[in-house]
Amino acid sequence: MSETGHSTTGYIVHHLTNLRFDLTKMHFLHGEETGGFGVIHLDTLLFSAGLGVLFLWLFMKAAKTATSGVPGPLQNFCEIMVDFVDTQVKDSFHGRNPVIAPLALTIFVWVFLWNAMDLLPVDLLPAIAGLFGIPYLRSVPSTDMNSTFGMSISVLLLVYYYSIKVKGPGHFAMEILTHPFGKWFMPFNLLLRIVEDLAKPISLGLRLFGNLYAGELIFILIALLPWWLQFTLGWPWAVFHLLIITLQAFIFMVLTIVYLSMAHEDH
Amino acid sequence: MNFNATLIGQMITFGLLVLFTMKYVWPPIIQAMQDRQKRIADGLASAERGMREQELAKTKAAQLLKEAKQQAAEIVAQAHKRANEVVEQSKLDARTEGDRQLAVAKAEIEQEANRAREQLRHQVVSLAIAGAGKILRREVDEAANAALLDDLVAQL
Repeated sequence: MSETGHSTTGYIVHHLTNLRFDLTKMHFLHGEETGGFGVIHLDTLLFSAGLGVLFLWLFMKAAKTATSGVPGPLQNFCEIMVDFVDTQVKDSFHGRNPVIAPLALTIFVWVFLWNAMDLLPVDLLPAIAGLFGIPYLRSVPSTDMNSTFGMSISVLLLVYYYSIKVKGPGHFAMEILTHPFGKWFMPFNLLLRIVEDLAKPISLGLRLFGNLYAGELIFILIALLPWWLQFTLGWPWAVFHLLIITLQAFIFMVLTIVYLSMAHEDH
Repeated sequence: MNFNATLIGQMITFGLLVLFTMKYVWPPIIQAMQDRQKRIADGLASAERGMREQELAKTKAAQLLKEAKQQAAEIVAQAHKRANEVVEQSKLDARTEGDRQLAVAKAEIEQEANRAREQLRHQVVSLAIAGAGKILRREVDEAANAALLDDLVAQL
């Protein structure tokens, strides 16, 4: 696309711009325009919802016909995923909680599907969208901080919910104030706790976002090479990326399990 | 890269996905897996039981066979013994019968001999009388001499 007249910078910026819709003014944003919190990224929302529906459709199809006899290929695949996630949950969480395992499965598969969108050619979906007059399109939801932080903040809320539910509000408050240095360091303990709890969603969200954003950027840069040279870098990077997308989905899932199991434990 | 309402949207989507997974995806699949695990465990256990039963049946069959063989050997031995007994008995019977028949024959022979001897005696007497008659050249009155003759016969 670099030879269609766009400058290199323009091409990159165009690829990194979401399809933005300002809910407060009810119009699409173009170019350098910025909006406040009322803006939504339609592409991120639609792609992630679509991938979520894909995930649910696949797994619900398998679940509906799940048999304890000989499983079909789809059930087999879903069982492998479920078993894999279940093993991870059982390894680090020893209490009883009906939410954690399904949550972990959702995170793993959903994030994996988000990341897997990165393997599509960077120009494919924006070009198709261009045919329908859609000016901007980013197809990888995990390269949008709103997605990764939406998920990590949800996880943090769940951590608080279970901390309070399991330990009771009083006990939980005591833990915040007196851990780890005893009651004479209350303000310091509180400060430490705030830092700790801020670090959880930020590290979760930024890790996933950073990895995938960097990956996407490199795909875009590779797309700037002459077409006959692209595969020399594109192919190795895609292969390497296979590892990254799986690994990042896995890390997000495991850390979620760890945080939630910490919420169930007394210090 | 601004945070905006997309964040809320993504959180809602995430929550819905987790809810659906919790309700419709996780339980049936994990249930199916657990059921299968149980079925396999049951199958293995019953296979184990079957093997053990077969082993038991084998031992039992071997024992039965051994007993049957022993019984058969006993029966054969008994039959042999019985046969010997029968043979011995028959031999004994035969000998007794033979002895008896021999005795009967001997008695008959004795009787015959006695009869023959008697006859001979009579004939001798007759001959003697005939001889005497010839010698005397006269007819001896048989009737008159009958008592005499009988007396003579008794003396012979």
